[in-house]
Amino acid sequence: MKTLKFLIEKEFKQMFRNPLIPRLIVLFPTMVLLVFPWAVSFEIKNIRVDVVDHSKSVYSKRLTDKIAASQYFILHDTPPDYNAAMLNMENDETDMIVEIPASFDVDLVKRRESGVGVAVNSVNGTQGLLGSNYVMQIVNDFSSELRGELTQTLPPQTRVSFMRLKKMNIVPQYKYNPALDYKKFMIPGFMVLLLTILCGILPALNIVMEKENGTINQINVTPISKMNFILAKLIPYWAVGLVVMIISITLSFLIYGLWPGGGVVAVLISSIVFILSVSGLGIIISNYSETMQQASFLVMFFILILVLLGGMFTPVSSMPAWAQAIAAINPFNYLTTAFRMLYLNGSSLADVSGNLLALGAIAVVLNGWAVFSYKKRG
Amino acid sequence: MKQFIAFVKKEFRHIIRDNRTLLIILGMPVVEILLFGFAVNMEVQNIRVAVYDPTPDAFTTGIAERIRQNSYFNYRGSVQTMDEMEESMRKGELDLAVVFQQNFQEELVHSGEADVQLLSNSSDPNRGSIAATYATAIIAGFQREQTDLIQIPFQIQTENRMIYNPLMKSSYMFVPGIMGLVLMIICTIMTSVSIVREKERGTMEVLLASPLKQGTMIFAKTIPYMVISFIDFVIILLLSYFVLDVPVNGSLLLLFFVAILYITLTLSYGLTVSTLVDKQVNAVIFSAITAMIPVLMLSGMIFPVDNMPGALQALSAIVPARWFIEAVRKVMIQGLGVTIAWKEMLVLTGMTLFLLGVTIMKTKKRLE
Repeated sequence: MKTLKFLIEKEFKQMFRNPLIPRLIVLFPTMVLLVFPWAVSFEIKNIRVDVVDHSKSVYSKRLTDKIAASQYFILHDTPPDYNAAMLNMENDETDMIVEIPASFDVDLVKRRESGVGVAVNSVNGTQGLLGSNYVMQIVNDFSSELRGELTQTLPPQTRVSFMRLKKMNIVPQYKYNPALDYKKFMIPGFMVLLLTILCGILPALNIVMEKENGTINQINVTPISKMNFILAKLIPYWAVGLVVMIISITLSFLIYGLWPGGGVVAVLISSIVFILSVSGLGIIISNYSETMQQASFLVMFFILILVLLGGMFTPVSSMPAWAQAIAAINPFNYLTTAFRMLYLNGSSLADVSGNLLALGAIAVVLNGWAVFSYKKRG
Repeated sequence: MKQFIAFVKKEFRHIIRDNRTLLIILGMPVVEILLFGFAVNMEVQNIRVAVYDPTPDAFTTGIAERIRQNSYFNYRGSVQTMDEMEESMRKGELDLAVVFQQNFQEELVHSGEADVQLLSNSSDPNRGSIAATYATAIIAGFQREQTDLIQIPFQIQTENRMIYNPLMKSSYMFVPGIMGLVLMIICTIMTSVSIVREKERGTMEVLLASPLKQGTMIFAKTIPYMVISFIDFVIILLLSYFVLDVPVNGSLLLLFFVAILYITLTLSYGLTVSTLVDKQVNAVIFSAITAMIPVLMLSGMIFPVDNMPGALQALSAIVPARWFIEAVRKVMIQGLGVTIAWKEMLVLTGMTLFLLGVTIMKTKKRLE
């Protein structure tokens, strides 16, 4: 126990000898939480649209105005034909083309139905889909507006039957995040990202640095157990991670008014279990690497996999089965889910206990491996 | 010139000798493009849904059956009480609940109106709203079938066409982003760490004492890295084309040119980092943080730049990956030529010149 205390002291001294590290622990979370939540949004505004109006009638003019007035769209241009509009799309001046056929008004009045063509840049599939849905909504609104005005022109028989239509009121209610604020969803994810980067990269460089500097040889000839050595490496990152979490919790409350309904204690407990697992991963990488360069490539490789397959940016449920299997052993995924439940759903520690158990199991396996893979000979 | 070639050879040997690192540098992009190319997508699927229906009748069971059969939904049966529903939603076991009012059909037939509520777990706003939209479409479709005999007048049909990505595959959007991210990380860490390592060990001073001009020397150091990074790019491109089915619609030559510009830029960034720090740890931390987070958040890889507030759009302009990703999307996916992608290429070149200038100035100062 006493050896462990001295070893931990040594680790802290080594850590703070590098002036970048204390600054990193404070400034990095602050910067990330201050700046990046504002960048995340799938809410699509300001879609630039070109309207090609072959009809040039009262109705087509009204539809154009309706599109231009919508909060989603900016009317960029009204080019004379489709090719001119397409050229604008190629030049990245417009995102969408609405083409109104020449017979638009005649069809509406005589045949009582008509159509418009919509072409959308769908390199970003989601954005393309949402954009065309918004146009469809506007067109539907416009057609019910017309229905109100033009019903009188209908033969009485038709008029009666369609006015007797039954109506199901579909009322959507968005629970846990009624304003559909993307920032609230992403901030717990950012906290996990911060922990992963700091408590993953630093330990990954730790032992390999001692190898390059040669100090590892001194440790190897000292009578300390492998277990104590690894524990002493892990514990300082708990401290780092807790400081990061306290800064993050405070800032996200002060700036975004976000407070965990499940309690701060629950958030901190889950963080501790998580830090243990990513730091364990870092130490394993450090044990197997010969140079700092190898360690840094490997740790970045794993961090990218943890993050991009961990449900922070894209949902795990829409991944193929094999990727979901990876997510099932991904600590990032468990903590992100737990944080989001604690922060947004108001879940309690008991509700996230399944995630904590999984995290604990991952931590035990990884750290067992870390102790095992540390060899006391050069 | 002879000296220069000798120097390049020496650097190549350095790299090839360390075959473990070489394996990592060449293997990492392969694994990542395959993992992320298939797994990273925004589609909303597998929505776990339950129904609360106090008084089942022909209409409510009809709607529930439609939802059960829809492939986007994972039907979890009906719940008996609202409390039960609330609890499983709080535990994260449920994404959507369809709540019918009492005596749904009776109300609809007699008063002409009946309510159905969609409670969607919107902690993920994207998923929450899209789940509600899907359910709305199903219910509206059911309603239309009930009234299909009546012609609703003045309907305007919209005919949609998806340009550049007709199948709406997420990979078209993400693959250029993953290219930008992986190259940025590899190139920056590779150059910055290896140069700082020489500084740390003191071998840099030996090199600086050689008769070779330092500009030439740095240039010679980066050539092997350039070759390796280009091989990485070619591997990623081959995998995207043959395995992920992402098309190369534009000129391959132009695409290679864009890649070389970007690789030069990221290597130059690594050089700049190496002049700012003098410990390998700090080089790794600095490169990792500045190469990863801005690319993930501000490059348009995941979140469209156009949706960001003005200040962040301005900030994103200094992220190299943003310009690379835009250029690759234009050339590779949209099949556009140099007449349209020149702007991005100009920015990439400008950034490279700027970083090289900073590096040379910093290095000179150190020697004085």
